[in-house]
Amino acid sequence: MLEGLLIGLQTALSFQNLLMVIGGCLIGTFIGMLPGLGPMSIIAIMIPVAISMGNPSAALILLAGVYYGAIFGGSTSSILLNAPGVAGTVASSFDGYPMAKQGKAGKALTIAAIASFAGGSIGALLLMIFAPALSSVALLFHSAEYFALMVVGLSAIAAFAGTGQVAKALVMTILGLIMATVGEGALFNMPRFTMGIMDLQSGFGFITLAMAMFALPEALFLVLKPKTAQAEQDSEIKDLRISRAEAKAIAPVIGRQSLQGFFIGVLPGAGATIASFLGYAVERNIATKAEQEEFGKGSIKGLAAPETANNAACTGSFVPLLTLGIPGSGTTAILLGALIALNVTPGPRLMIDEPQIFWAVIMSMFIGNLVLLVLNLPLIPYIAKVLSIPRNYLIPFILFFTLMGAYIGQNNATELLLLVGFGICATALRFADYPLAPLLIGFILGGMLEDNFSRSMQLYDGIGFIWERPMTLGLLVIAGLLVVLPSYRAHRARARAQGVADGD
Amino acid sequence: MALDRWIALILVGICLAYGYAAWFTMDGALAPFMKRNPIWPSTFPKVLSVIGLLTSLVILLGLEKAEPKEADIDYRRLGQYKLDQAVMLLVLMVAYALCLRPLGFIFSTGAFLILGSFILGERKWVVMAPVSLIATFVVWYLVQQVLGIYLRPLPGFLGG
Repeated sequence: MLEGLLIGLQTALSFQNLLMVIGGCLIGTFIGMLPGLGPMSIIAIMIPVAISMGNPSAALILLAGVYYGAIFGGSTSSILLNAPGVAGTVASSFDGYPMAKQGKAGKALTIAAIASFAGGSIGALLLMIFAPALSSVALLFHSAEYFALMVVGLSAIAAFAGTGQVAKALVMTILGLIMATVGEGALFNMPRFTMGIMDLQSGFGFITLAMAMFALPEALFLVLKPKTAQAEQDSEIKDLRISRAEAKAIAPVIGRQSLQGFFIGVLPGAGATIASFLGYAVERNIATKAEQEEFGKGSIKGLAAPETANNAACTGSFVPLLTLGIPGSGTTAILLGALIALNVTPGPRLMIDEPQIFWAVIMSMFIGNLVLLVLNLPLIPYIAKVLSIPRNYLIPFILFFTLMGAYIGQNNATELLLLVGFGICATALRFADYPLAPLLIGFILGGMLEDNFSRSMQLYDGIGFIWERPMTLGLLVIAGLLVVLPSYRAHRARARAQGVADGD
Repeated sequence: MALDRWIALILVGICLAYGYAAWFTMDGALAPFMKRNPIWPSTFPKVLSVIGLLTSLVILLGLEKAEPKEADIDYRRLGQYKLDQAVMLLVLMVAYALCLRPLGFIFSTGAFLILGSFILGERKWVVMAPVSLIATFVVWYLVQQVLGIYLRPLPGFLGG
C-alpha cells in the first residue's frame, strides 16, 4: 500500500496533473454554481476535453476535480439562492438558505466549505483503506435490498417531516413517485401515462422539476412579498469565521457523517442524494430537543450534515467504479464511459495492472479537496456578493437561469412551459404548507425504486422476496415503523394531555 | 375548508385518475407473452395509486392533527401582495418559452431581462438595457462557444 501511495503521489504531484486538479475544481465550482447544471452535465461536457488529453490519469484527475468543484458550487447556489442545481445539495438548502436569509451567508458558506473538505478528505482516506474490502460488501446487496433500502430512505424523509406533517410529506413522496412513472421505463418497452403527448415520452426532466419546485416559487415569493427581500439586501457578508463553540458543535456531526456518507456512497444507486438526506435526517433525530427546533431555520448542524455526507458519498461512489467497474451513480457512469474511451477497463484488475491510475486518483482527491478549500475560503465574500444585487435585476436573472437550466438539458421549449406550469403548482402547494422536497426525492428515486422492485419480482417470481430475504424484511419493517411511529407518539401525547386536563 | 384540504381533494382526483389508468386501461395493450411475467408495467403504478389515495384521504378527512402555525406567507392575504407583478412575470416566462425558437436567443433573452426588471419597477433604462444585453451575450457565448450547446442566436428569417 505504501508503494502504491508513493506511485500515486508521484503521478498526482506532476505539474500537469496539479494544473488539472486546480483547473477542474475552478471550472466545476463556477459552472456548478449556475442552477441547473449539475456535476453530471458538467462532466459530460468536459469529456471531450479529457479524452483529447490522451493520458488516463490526467483525464480522471481532471474529471474528479470537476466533480468535487461542481458539488461545492451546487451548495453555493443552494445556500444563497435556494436553487439547488444538483439533487445532492437539495438538503443543504434546508438550513443553508435560512442562514443566508438571516444575514449569515458568509458563515454558511464557510461551514459548507469546511464540511465538504472534511467529508471529502475523510472519504478519500476511507476509500484508500476500504476500497478492496468494501467491494465484496456491496456485492451482498441485491435488488431486493436496494428496493427495501430506498423505501426506508423515503419513509425516513416523511417521518422526519415534523408533527402533523407526516401525511403531507408522504403524499408528496407518492406524487413524486407517480411522476417518475411517466414516460418510458427502463424495464418495460412501452410508454406509460404520456396521454399520447410525444414530449412526455422521455418523462419529466429532473432539472425542470427541481427548478419548478425550488427556484421558481422562491423567486415568486420574493416578488409577492418584497419585504423579506429588502432585509436580505441590507445584510452584509461579514462574520465569515465560525466561533469555537460552533466548531465544537459541528465536529462530531462531520465525523459521523463522513463515515455514514461514505458507506452510503459505496452502495450503487444510493449516492450523494440519499447520503445527504439521510445524514440530515439522522442528525436531526439525534440532536437535543432544543437543537431540533433549530433545524430548518438555520441550524449549523443541519447544514454541516448534508454537506459532509454528500462529499463523502461522492468519494464513496468511486469504490464500486474503481474496484468492480460498476458505476454507482449517473456521474460515475459517465466517468466509466470516459475511462473506456481512454482504453482503461476499471474492475478488480485495475489495482494490479495499472496501480498508478488507481492511486493517482486517490491522491488527487486529497489535493482537490485542499485546492477547493484554499480557493473557496478567500473567494466566499465575492461569491456571496450575489445577494447584494438589487432585487429588480436579481429576480429576472434567477428566472432566466431557471429557464436556461431547463432548456439546456433538453433543448426543448416544451420543457419551459412544463417548468412554468409546475412552478405555479409548487407555489400553490407551498401556500398550503405542503413540503416540496419529498416530491423531488420521490421523483429522483422513483425510477431506481421501480427497477429494483421489478427485478426482485422477476427473480423471485412474485413478492416472495420480501419474506425470503431477512435483510429485506427487516428494512421494510423499519420503514413501516418510521411512518407509523410519529403519529402514534403524537396520539399518545395528546391522549396524555387530555388525561391531565380531565384529572384537574 | 382550508387550502391544504382543497389540494388534498385535487390529489385524490389525481390518484383516482392515475389508478383508473393503471388498473383498467393500461393492461389492455400488454402483449400476451408479457402477461406471464410476475411484474407488469402497471404493477408499481397500481401500488402507488392505492397508497397515494389512502394518504391523501388522511389529509382530506383531517385525520392527522396538526398545530396551526404561522406560515411563511399567507394565502388569505393574497390580495395585499404584489400579485400583479408575479402574474405578469409568469406570463413573460410563457412568452419567452414560445419566442425562444422563432425569435432567436439573443433577442428573446434581452427582451426578457429588460421587461422583467421593467415589470418589477425598474425605470433606469441606461443601466437596465446594457446590463441585460451584456449578460445575454456573455451567457450565449459561454453556452454556445465554451460548452458547445447550440442556441439559435438570431430570428429564423435572418438565417440564425
